[in-house]
Amino acid sequence: MTGFNAYGVWAIYRFEMARALRTVWQSIVTPVITTALYFVVFGSAIGSRMTEIDGVPYGAFIVPGLIMLSLFTQSIFNASFGIYFPKFTGTIYEILSAPVGPFEIVLAYVGAAATKSAVLGLIILATAAFFVPLQILHPVWMLTFLILTATTFSLFGFIIGIWANGFEQLQMIPMLVITPLTFLGGSFYSIDMLPPVWRTITLFNPVVYLISGFRWSFYGSGDVGIVWSVAATFGFLLACLGVVWWMFKTGYRLKS
Amino acid sequence: MTTSPNAPAIVIQGLTKTYASGLQALKPVDLTIAKGEIFALLGPNGAGKTTLISIVCGIVNPTTGSVLADGYDIQTQFREARTRIGLVPQELTTDAFETVLATVTFSRGLFSRAPNPAFIEKILRDLSLWDKKDNKIMTLSGGMKRRVMIAKALSHEPEILFLDEPTAGVDVELRRDMWALVRTLRDRGVTIILTTHYIEEAEEMADRVGVILKGELILVEDKTTLMKKLGRKTLTLNLIETLEAVPAELAEWNPTLIADGHELQYEFDANAEDTGVPSLIRRMEALGIGFKDLNTRQSSLEDIFVSLVHQSSSQEKAA
Repeated sequence: MTGFNAYGVWAIYRFEMARALRTVWQSIVTPVITTALYFVVFGSAIGSRMTEIDGVPYGAFIVPGLIMLSLFTQSIFNASFGIYFPKFTGTIYEILSAPVGPFEIVLAYVGAAATKSAVLGLIILATAAFFVPLQILHPVWMLTFLILTATTFSLFGFIIGIWANGFEQLQMIPMLVITPLTFLGGSFYSIDMLPPVWRTITLFNPVVYLISGFRWSFYGSGDVGIVWSVAATFGFLLACLGVVWWMFKTGYRLKS
Repeated sequence: MTTSPNAPAIVIQGLTKTYASGLQALKPVDLTIAKGEIFALLGPNGAGKTTLISIVCGIVNPTTGSVLADGYDIQTQFREARTRIGLVPQELTTDAFETVLATVTFSRGLFSRAPNPAFIEKILRDLSLWDKKDNKIMTLSGGMKRRVMIAKALSHEPEILFLDEPTAGVDVELRRDMWALVRTLRDRGVTIILTTHYIEEAEEMADRVGVILKGELILVEDKTTLMKKLGRKTLTLNLIETLEAVPAELAEWNPTLIADGHELQYEFDANAEDTGVPSLIRRMEALGIGFKDLNTRQSSLEDIFVSLVHQSSSQEKAA
């Protein structure tokens, strides 16, 4: 028997993707409508009265931040729900008793969650093109950041899904930690616009680096250097991988 | 699939489980189950049956000990071991929004088997599920859901099948269907380990019986031998005239009066050299106590099980 259960990975991946298609309104349509509303309110209504930032019209400036906001929340939601729901219903027994190793389980669940949120990010990008003029100076980097961020936050969501003991805990970190950090992380403004003290404090927010890197891939400029953005993304990715490895090694909240 | 021809289906050695709460769910358990055998694991609620099965299937981590499935260690060679094992859990835990066909196909893939629509169709037909293949599981009855659980467990053609309380809460017809299915699987060489509360089920199907109490496997025995060894018989005499009390002259047999004095019952060891039956009848004749009919009944596995549980409780109290 080979050391990799490709059929098993494909079965979980396909199951998770099928769930997204079954709930297409919740998975795709709702986030797209929500983001379109942001464009209408901040991009067109308020944005038309605001000056350009770093030579970029305000409506276009917020596009990378809004895509990142959706990527963060949807990646976490998809992955956390994907692993939490089998725990909640008890169907996790089948995953645990199957010949699938930890790497394969993570690859399948996180891969599916990341695929869904990356596709959603691209749909939001296409939607944005209807509202504001867009340019993407570094498309390869844009895609790289998109996929890396989707993967990293899906891993983070997977951790939350294993950790959570109830639906409230499942929502707690995305609502109370990630969303505030994203709003305060330069989604809608450049941190250069903040007073020096607040700018320094904001630099402790890891989300700043992710949004800045993604915005750099669009317009060639960001709040922090691209190297810092790449380092922050990989740093978070490695931290999440470490936690997931520990969870499987100890069976934390998966196996008694 | 390659198997180890000489290896027993399951070899459990020194297996223990103590949960984080401190509860010792399994005391050291040693058990070997031969290929093609139907093994019934009996025990009251909380005895450790599900814990034992869950460890073998990889759902619960053991504290100490080892388990080999078809010669493969369930921890270090989990892929080889788990591919050979199918599990029908006690709870009806299914994906409510999936269709029958999708969930059974999913299970086959999960267990590292290439797609085989013809085989899946056969399983669904065998379990009378083919007509429901496109139905969402949430729309099925409890009995049908139980069939789906079995179909999922069989989808990857396991050689060892664990049935944890397979007929709990199902109607008589489905229970009979399941028994027939178990026999068919056994004929194909599948090893079956079942836990059950229905002793009748074990009596009907099992080759060997294990009794687990408070995490300890107190007895493993061939079913027929067990029933011979521990089985007692009851003689019931249908009296011509009713008795108000057992005559003192019959006290040495310690019989009991039942059915408002219409019947006299005497329990004896069927394997004993002197069962006491002829002498009892002679004494009754001498006393002028006539009977118009008599019958004997072998004690069931249930009687034996209840007796073992009581014996264990008494020993514990005495200690």
